[in-house]
Amino acid sequence: MIRFVVRRLLLLIPILFGLSILLFIWVRALPGGPATALLGERATPERIAQINKAYGFDKPMITQYLTYMKRVTRFDFGQSITLRKDVTAELVRRFPATIELSMAAMLFAVGVGIPLGFMAAKRERTWFDYGAVTASLIGVSIPVFFLGQILKWVFALKLNWLPTIGRLAPTRELVHHTNFNVVDSLLAIDGGALWDAIKHLILPGIALGTIPLAIIARITRASVLEVLNDDYVRTARAKGLRTSTVNRVHVLRNSMLPIVTVIGLQTGLLLSGAVLTETVFAWGGMGQLIAGAVLDKDYPVIQGGVMFLAIVFVLVNLVVDVLYAFIDPRIRVS
Amino acid sequence: MRINRKFLALGMAAALVMAACGSDTKSPPATTPGQAGGTFVFGTSADPVVLDGAYVSDGESLRVIDQIFETLVTTKAGGTDIEPLLAEKWSSTTDGLAWTFNLRQGVKFQDGTDFNAKAVCFNFDRWYNFAGVAQSASVSYYWSTVFGGFSDGATPSLYKSCEATDDNTAVVTLTSASAAFLSGLAVSAFAIASPDALTKYEADKVGGTEDAPSFDGTFGTEHPVGTGPFSFESWTPGDKLTIVRNDTYWGDKALLDKVIFKPIADGPARRTALETGEIQGYDLVDPADTQALTDAGFQLLLRPAFNVGYVGFNQAKPPLDNAKIREAIAFALNREALVTAKYPEGSQVATQFQPPLVFGWSDQVPQYAYDPAKAKALIAESGVTDLNLEFYYPSDVSRPYMPDPTANFEAFKADLEAVGFTITPKTAPWRSGYLDDVDAGNAQMYLLGWTGDYGDPDNFVGTFFRTKQPSWGFDNQEIFDALTKARDTADVAARTKLYEEANVLIMKFLPGVPYVHTQPALAFAKGVTGYVPSPVSLESFATVSLG
Repeated sequence: MIRFVVRRLLLLIPILFGLSILLFIWVRALPGGPATALLGERATPERIAQINKAYGFDKPMITQYLTYMKRVTRFDFGQSITLRKDVTAELVRRFPATIELSMAAMLFAVGVGIPLGFMAAKRERTWFDYGAVTASLIGVSIPVFFLGQILKWVFALKLNWLPTIGRLAPTRELVHHTNFNVVDSLLAIDGGALWDAIKHLILPGIALGTIPLAIIARITRASVLEVLNDDYVRTARAKGLRTSTVNRVHVLRNSMLPIVTVIGLQTGLLLSGAVLTETVFAWGGMGQLIAGAVLDKDYPVIQGGVMFLAIVFVLVNLVVDVLYAFIDPRIRVS
Repeated sequence: MRINRKFLALGMAAALVMAACGSDTKSPPATTPGQAGGTFVFGTSADPVVLDGAYVSDGESLRVIDQIFETLVTTKAGGTDIEPLLAEKWSSTTDGLAWTFNLRQGVKFQDGTDFNAKAVCFNFDRWYNFAGVAQSASVSYYWSTVFGGFSDGATPSLYKSCEATDDNTAVVTLTSASAAFLSGLAVSAFAIASPDALTKYEADKVGGTEDAPSFDGTFGTEHPVGTGPFSFESWTPGDKLTIVRNDTYWGDKALLDKVIFKPIADGPARRTALETGEIQGYDLVDPADTQALTDAGFQLLLRPAFNVGYVGFNQAKPPLDNAKIREAIAFALNREALVTAKYPEGSQVATQFQPPLVFGWSDQVPQYAYDPAKAKALIAESGVTDLNLEFYYPSDVSRPYMPDPTANFEAFKADLEAVGFTITPKTAPWRSGYLDDVDAGNAQMYLLGWTGDYGDPDNFVGTFFRTKQPSWGFDNQEIFDALTKARDTADVAARTKLYEEANVLIMKFLPGVPYVHTQPALAFAKGVTGYVPSPVSLESFATVSLG
């Protein structure tokens, strides 16, 4: 197992190297550049040339790439041109916000998706099943910004239950140790802040979790349907086991492999930054940072951000692979 | 059955949490209505870049800088007339080269150090001595706009020196006369910062490498210190920036205890946050929302028009070098109909390249009222037979003078086709090709505009037409000379006349068709009072109260 993990980690090196070249070329192939993005209407050819010179964008691409790689090997992604902040520090500071939101979304997706898929499978071809399948189809199709607006309209504007922006009420003060608001409010033993942080997580968590929920529900349904027809389930029932035991031990556990795969992939995607959700709910995480950087042609942030996400994605997939072994002993043996 | 109930319970968990939220979810109000003090939460479109006026030109940075720092002179609340601020009075020598500023006495910076003439000269010398990346327009745009070059002499500079003749008198000497200098000084980029704090927190420390310079000082991010009515408290980018009342302020103290600037990039999210009471005001209201917000009882405040939207002609690309064709286009565009149908309340049809609020605006400019028959006649007179035009418009942007570029393009395209032109649409994202194409002179005819930085016509017509530019593609020395002469004239009355004449000259030459001046809106909750919208967005929160 250790060899497997180390091998996968070593594979990161060529992946990141290849990615660095692709990214470097890609961001520079985008029309426009940081100078125009910074200056807007004030851009003139002279001013653009001046900024390009100051940041070395006028040098040959290969020279720029080598200089860049020299810094990256020291884990220095440089400074954002637009925000004038250290890219690495900014990514690290914002990542907890993205993780917190992703976890809330995943909790919602798993908490609702698996039971929904399971029950749909158990009631195959009933109205409940059709309803669940239709709902999951809608869940996958509905644009996040639209869903976000609907949720805000219902739960904030009409019912006045939940907040719509940020991670805490703007007037609330909380000392940050970890930048995870839920954790920080627990550390501060501040029940008000904890409740506030949870309230702020609900709407963006649902908006972001709807697509994974729909996917998880569909995969669960399909997987459970397959297992339900297996001989060992029939045998278990024939042995006289209680329905709950059959469902838990024989059906659900054996259906879990594809579900865990999908949960892993979706977690990786969520952690990659929920651009739209973060924007609609003014979340202040990585997604918003990188989306803004793409618009602003902020090369250091795009390059640093995507490299960072690539590392996260590979690590999440590695965790999923390791989890397989725990779920399915056959994989451990092989 | 039991297992199903368990799953049901799990599945409903999120819904239950939400239902439970009904009991206690509203955040405590920031203040009780009717009392002074309290916390005001203002929704902004982005974080500031840095709180050092000399290093920024973006509105979100300047909005906060305006509360913490002060300039020698300022603009009258809601207008563009120059008023005293840190300088009580000023005078210039007859040649317009030496400007003496008599400073307000007894003023202290928020760090307790004295504001005096030495501090003023320290700031001027700091700006003048910027080097490397600090000289680029992305950093010190306003210095290069108002003063030109720096101490390295690579480009001529308007600034020569600053001398503190005594504690309360600073004499700024220029290399040539400039009347725009005083208006320029009202821009927050020329706010006077505490020399102690600038030095201690290394405001000008630039690290990194030559190819990837980095700003490493903490003055503008953690320790901005000025003389303004609010002091900096904290800033978590992406979350909030907080300023608190400066109780040692020399003038009328701020009414609010605290102002929180909350970055909300998404326009609809800002509106919802106001409606839910999470914020009490926001800027950049979508013109489509103004009626609904007013109907719902929110206050809409309009900034006096200080921008211009125009159709630009690149005369390097025929047939736009033909004056009759340019005139024909001007007569063909139904600007009145567009502004009435597509622009919010307060918008007006433009007759020239600067708004009426700025001196030098002329009522004598040629008018090109909608007249398709005249347009057709002019086309016939021109002798031009190839009437194909490439018309550029940005695909993905909303600017104060152009909330919906596609709608403008569609309307103008129909107008032009009606008189015989053939329009080829050309579009690109604003920051991904559009501005580059226009700036480089690739666009034949295009939609663009400008929002003024300060109340001087040089910042409008001077910016567009004082020098040759690829986007306009013409070389008209008469216009260049007229605008240079107007800029360099010290006497205000004479300058006004020169700009009026220049505007007539420009509109006769018709380098483009200006079509709109708009009044951007801010929205506030009921009960908020004391916010005075300014054409140059120089707006103080010190007079704001929550009711």
